[in-house]
Amino acid sequence: MTGHHHGRGRGGFIEHTIEGLHAAMDQALYAEHNASAGGLLQRLDPRVKVAALFAFILVSAVTAKLWVVAAVLLVAIILAALSSISLWVLATRFWLTTLTLSGALALPAVFLTPGTVIYRLPGLELAATAPGLRTAGLLVLRAETAAALALVLVFTTPWPHVLKALRMFRVPVVFVVILGMTCRYILLMLETAHEMFESRKSRTVGALTRGEQRRIAILSTGVLLSRTLQLSNEVYLAMQARGFRGEVFILDDFRAKGR
Amino acid sequence: MHIPDGYLSPSSCAALYAGSAPFWYIALGRVKKALHTRLVPLISLFSAFCFLIMMFNLPLPGGTTGHAVGIGLATVVLGPWAAMLAVSVALVIQALFFGDGGITAIGANCFNMAIVGSLVTYVCYRAMAGRSPIASFRRVVAAGLAGYMAINVSALLAAIEFGIQPLLFRDALGTPLYCPYPLSVSIPAMMIGHLTIAGMAELIVSAGLVALLQQSDPSLLKATAGAATALRETGTGTGTRRLQSLWAGLCTLMILTPLGILAVGTAWGEWVASDFSNPAIRQQIAGASLQEAAPEHAPKGLEQLSHVWTAPFSHYAPPYIRSATFGYFLSAMFGAGLIILACVSMGQFMRGLGQ
Repeated sequence: MTGHHHGRGRGGFIEHTIEGLHAAMDQALYAEHNASAGGLLQRLDPRVKVAALFAFILVSAVTAKLWVVAAVLLVAIILAALSSISLWVLATRFWLTTLTLSGALALPAVFLTPGTVIYRLPGLELAATAPGLRTAGLLVLRAETAAALALVLVFTTPWPHVLKALRMFRVPVVFVVILGMTCRYILLMLETAHEMFESRKSRTVGALTRGEQRRIAILSTGVLLSRTLQLSNEVYLAMQARGFRGEVFILDDFRAKGR
Repeated sequence: MHIPDGYLSPSSCAALYAGSAPFWYIALGRVKKALHTRLVPLISLFSAFCFLIMMFNLPLPGGTTGHAVGIGLATVVLGPWAAMLAVSVALVIQALFFGDGGITAIGANCFNMAIVGSLVTYVCYRAMAGRSPIASFRRVVAAGLAGYMAINVSALLAAIEFGIQPLLFRDALGTPLYCPYPLSVSIPAMMIGHLTIAGMAELIVSAGLVALLQQSDPSLLKATAGAATALRETGTGTGTRRLQSLWAGLCTLMILTPLGILAVGTAWGEWVASDFSNPAIRQQIAGASLQEAAPEHAPKGLEQLSHVWTAPFSHYAPPYIRSATFGYFLSAMFGAGLIILACVSMGQFMRGLGQ
């Protein structure tokens, strides 16, 4: 998972969960903050951005040429720079995670793919081949490019607008509404879970055994589930109180304007 | 198990989007009918819950950590169709906003985890929980095992999708364009982790939370147990009738098994060591493998491993029976019988747990 740091150490489970939750909240906050900043992409209609994003991702997926994927990545980086997205944040927080994940997956392919040998690892029976390098390069570069494009979109557009723009692809209204509600409650529950683990951490003295950690993890999931159910009841009552009878309306119409 | 962008070819992604579409269509249709009920907030909140528990890294026995997906619990509480939507929504949000799982692979990830996962959970849970009371321990075990099965079936699907890429998509020089690992690498690589770690995490979470709901809010478990109680009310009527037709179908299939003898050629990839030295079979292998000739000798590993176990009904033709048709038929009876026996004893065992 993005922003997830795997680590070891006693009592580490609570800390690592907090870190993971914190990273996700941080990303959501950064996105919201950046979407209201002035920049090239912030001024565009969300539908244009969503359509362009899918087109670019499709190009990098269809092409078999490394340089085309690299060119799309370059476009994504330039767009990010013009939309006041910090390249440092992109590089350290996201590309690095993608690189480690897909790099680890792609590395064996360098040696396993048959073909002309380019370099033989000294002392080992491993040889890097030309097709191996190309296939691993395609794998990593495609993953990086798609990640960059998606981040450029979500860092320059308020999330409800991204979801609403999906209507353009004939995604049914009910699905968009559920997506929107879920997005909102993910943010709320991230905070709830974060508070739960913070308070647990502050009450924990000394090292926990793995069994204890597991017990805490399962109990926390249970508590989170009961809070989820309670919240869902409250949301339903609130929807009814506001006159919800099963019809769905979405506010803000998008209009593409000439600039 | 979240497939990233670039691992599956665009055509595979499109095929999996198309495969998911009818399920989404039916699920949305069902939700639309229940739009005025508390189902919509429940789906949203469950989706958010699934998203969150994917972030909890459970410490597992053996020193590793793994996270659950929540398919098991979502299906037991919401039923398969609503669970499909809830998990799909969580996956879409992960891919769009948090970069976990590719955007082109949303269809694939939803198909593997949300759709097949919730259907597998539902079938396993209903089969194992039977008509046991809602508060019985049998339901806890059933939910755990159903979650475990679902994760592993999803992982297997993902592994197959990965593994067929190098067979189908290469450039002129033979370089794989997408995932480069064949099935022989992708299946063990995916399954070892899921049969142990990820499956265990899902098992613990599904079983633990169903046990919690039995104590705190048993009414939530009724959605997937309702039909079972209804069956009991109408006596043995529909249940037995449905079962009778299944038995009839099974018998017909068993009687038809000797038809298998009519099939020509060998099953691709199911060759034995001696097939490699038999010219007629070598020709069949080449014919079925795009005219690629089979290696001169049987691979060493195949030859060594082939002596490890000799099946009593080798080639579905027990040596002590003269007639091939009868031998085939007997093998079918024996195989089906073993499976039925295993299921019945598992059911007995679970009933014992329930009491």
